[in-house]
Amino acid sequence: MRLAQHMAVASDKVRATAIEANEFPDLSRAYRVAAVPKIVINDRVEFEGALPEAQFLAAVLEAAAE
Amino acid sequence: MVLLSAENVSQVRDLFQALRDPVKLVVFSQSLAAAELCARNESLVREVAATSELISVEVLNLAIDRERAEAYGVTEVPAIVVEGARDYGLRFYGVPTGYEFSNLIDAIILASTGEPTLSDATTTALAGLPRDVEIKVFSTPT
Repeated sequence: MRLAQHMAVASDKVRATAIEANEFPDLSRAYRVAAVPKIVINDRVEFEGALPEAQFLAAVLEAAAE
Repeated sequence: MVLLSAENVSQVRDLFQALRDPVKLVVFSQSLAAAELCARNESLVREVAATSELISVEVLNLAIDRERAEAYGVTEVPAIVVEGARDYGLRFYGVPTGYEFSNLIDAIILASTGEPTLSDATTTALAGLPRDVEIKVFSTPT
């Protein structure tokens, strides 16, 4: 969550939404949340667990690519 | 409803020494959808806001304040929007307890200072983003 929040503040184009998985079972099911943290970017790129900044950025860029 | 212990409050006050500019916590509730969770969320937000005069709270109803919800892109309750000098895109769905509580405190400090700590490479790459990006982070309190 830390990196997502910092990226949101750094860029007007980035929004970071923290979702409490237990309170939103429908959303968690829709996004196939099996382990946390699970990160889903633009509903296109997803991964589980923490990533170093460079790899997290790569995922963001992949999700934002044409 | 008191959700924060005296120890929590003391820790939050210490962390909020880092606050600089005002922060507004915009809470979305809807009692028909999730009355108990929304009440807990509002209580928690008010308890956090009470620790600093730089933090204000606005409570909106997802069903009634539809234009505001749409402007913030909020579709679920309970929700919290953490706004600083502008809307940085910081959102929380669900009552932020445990691990999420730390994230809320971090988000408030970040919105207050408006100063992310990222590498130059990341900052440069983000400046060139070709489209909007929404990062959803699913987590649990423990």
